[in-house]
Amino acid sequence: MKARNFVRQVAIPFVVVFPLLLLFSAIGEKHHAFAQASNDDHSVRAFSAVASVLTSPRCLNCHVPDDGPLQGDDNHPHTMNVKRGPDGRGTPAMRCTNCHQDTNSQFLHAPPGRADWRLPPPSMPLVWKGLSIAGICRSVKNPATNGGMSTAQLIEHVRDDPFVNWAWNPGPGRTQPPISHDEFVARFTEWVQTGAACPKE
Amino acid sequence: MEKSHFTVNGKSVELEIDPATPLLWALRDHLGLTGTKFGCGIGQCGACTVILDGNAVRSCQVKVSRAAGKNVTTIEGLSSDRSHAVQRAWLMEQVPQCGYCQSGQIMSAVVLLASNPSPRDSDIDDALSGNICRCGTYHRIRKAVHRAAELARKEEKGA
Repeated sequence: MKARNFVRQVAIPFVVVFPLLLLFSAIGEKHHAFAQASNDDHSVRAFSAVASVLTSPRCLNCHVPDDGPLQGDDNHPHTMNVKRGPDGRGTPAMRCTNCHQDTNSQFLHAPPGRADWRLPPPSMPLVWKGLSIAGICRSVKNPATNGGMSTAQLIEHVRDDPFVNWAWNPGPGRTQPPISHDEFVARFTEWVQTGAACPKE
Repeated sequence: MEKSHFTVNGKSVELEIDPATPLLWALRDHLGLTGTKFGCGIGQCGACTVILDGNAVRSCQVKVSRAAGKNVTTIEGLSSDRSHAVQRAWLMEQVPQCGYCQSGQIMSAVVLLASNPSPRDSDIDDALSGNICRCGTYHRIRKAVHRAAELARKEEKGA
């Protein structure tokens, strides 16, 4: 009698319920994996729009691996042998702000301007020139290379930083990034909110 | 018109001038300091270089508003008798040909030597690459900067 009760109360429910639990768990995991993959795709697509801005000359010309910045839409080396210097603001007698003022010059081929015009410092050059989109993505995301910023801080940075905003007001003769600043911020935020995934190499 | 106050060659000046006026025109047209030259007007040649609080700025690009409350030094302010070490070195090495760019070259050299009393050739090239000389006196400029550095060191030892 006891054995029959055991089979009815324990063994049968176990035999029936346990495989069902396993099945639901597997389905859940698969669903989660699908959702993650879909989120990553979404994130990578958003970063692709972001990258169209970061690789535009207005951004790329100063995010360089070499000792001096670039100029123009063809990314040619900055004339006058301009160097980054120890703080990213140039060398003695050739400080960036010797020519670059707080605002753009209104004249063609004259220096563009924003307050504290500079390159990233040599200690954290945030190089994008020469990197793949995946490499740029990792560099932007990594606090060790991006100035110690979290992804939330990065959103604020791309929205409010005067240098970032300058790219859409670069002065005469300079092209702007291919998407608007509003769209850039929207796609950047989307990238962060969908997990800040980077494309594969 | 607003009044702008700044110091030029050690003297306090007050100008009733549009604050967006390039410093170059304030110096040349309002203060009569014509040693600073107008070259390109777009910050590409360095002929208009003056020293603003220790920096070799292009006065065609700097607005008077940026100079407010600051110290400006022009070529006239280095010495009243060409006795500044850089001026003497320039004469010793007979640097100028036409001379038009030379006040800008000298001001950049002064700023370089203030931060680097013993510059290497590469330091000089880096510091003066923004000063263009159509006569091509670059070799003499480099020699003169070395000479000026030597003269300044001797002056310091003698002092």
